[in-house]
Amino acid sequence: MKCKKCGAVAVINMRHHRLALCADHYLDWFVTYTQRTIEKFRMFGSGGRLLVAVSGGKDSLALWDVLLRLGYQADGLYIKLGIEHQGYSDVSLDYVQRFLETSEAANPSHGPRPTQHVIHVVDIKGTYGESIPELARRTGRGRGKPCSVCGLVKRHVMNRVAQEGGYAALATGHNLDDEAAVLLQNTLRWQTGYLARQAPVLEATHPGLARKVKPFCRLYERETAAYALVRGIDYIYDECPHATGATTIFHKESLNRLEGRSPGAKHSFYLEFLRAKKKGRLLLPAEEVELHPCEKCGQPTTAPGLCAFCRLWQ
Amino acid sequence: MVKVILRNREWELRPGMTVRSAILKLGLDPEAVLAVREGKLINEATLTRDGDTIKLVAVISGG
Repeated sequence: MKCKKCGAVAVINMRHHRLALCADHYLDWFVTYTQRTIEKFRMFGSGGRLLVAVSGGKDSLALWDVLLRLGYQADGLYIKLGIEHQGYSDVSLDYVQRFLETSEAANPSHGPRPTQHVIHVVDIKGTYGESIPELARRTGRGRGKPCSVCGLVKRHVMNRVAQEGGYAALATGHNLDDEAAVLLQNTLRWQTGYLARQAPVLEATHPGLARKVKPFCRLYERETAAYALVRGIDYIYDECPHATGATTIFHKESLNRLEGRSPGAKHSFYLEFLRAKKKGRLLLPAEEVELHPCEKCGQPTTAPGLCAFCRLWQ
Repeated sequence: MVKVILRNREWELRPGMTVRSAILKLGLDPEAVLAVREGKLINEATLTRDGDTIKLVAVISGG
């Protein structure tokens, strides 16, 4: 199989795009496609500072790499969750720090150096007194799976750091498979409120909310993994020990079976959903929720008094 | 023979089939893995050769 651009041996074939590319042309295509996504959904311009949520995994490190290559001023945010199983949190932080110290994007051997970028590290146990597993055990939230607590804490911390740092947007490495899996999950349950809110850009609808963007939302997960491999980005390969058996993974596998039979199925499922929503073809109720500042931390919440995050620590 | 590795699992297959065929023969999903040979990513139509070691990289993550 040959590269469509130059005829060299292809490293990847993207059946839904009918496009096979060699290593060099794939790296170029991936960066250009990300920039087009940023422009298509008007995520951010070249002027503002970005905060990239990095976990040490393929998606977030690839995103940071691409944003730096595109010349954006992009700082990183690593949230140390305190997952001690096989040193998961320590190992994932090592990957982030190694990326910052050794990656070509952060330390280019030629061309202009990117604007100075930093990594914010928030240690949940050090800052708030308990790790995510400890917090999950004590509060019982999530019925034995810490993922619910983890998501809540990460959203709070990401919003806080983005707000305090005055960042124009918080960028996350969510790819098309992530988004399609959430869409499938919400469609199976007809969660119309969640469907109405699912978008590549979550606007800052309240002064206390950061703008959130997903520049990889049109890229398949195997494409972000391929980018990391070809680019030589060293990432944490092992899954979070708490993710075993996660519903998201089951939905991704189901969608991949559809994709195998019908190339482009995932692409159409998610992007046609966005298109239909934009054109008003989905009559989803626009829920008017009143947000007010949490009495303790000041972040916006719908709950009276304390927000869900602050209630965790009571 | 061709050695195929995915995480801590190993298989041996006859050479001469495509990477995609090898993945399917092992009951795996070609959408969910990438194939690496000698440290380089290889496309799904690549023919396996006798003596090859093919490392499959799982791409799905979530939680």
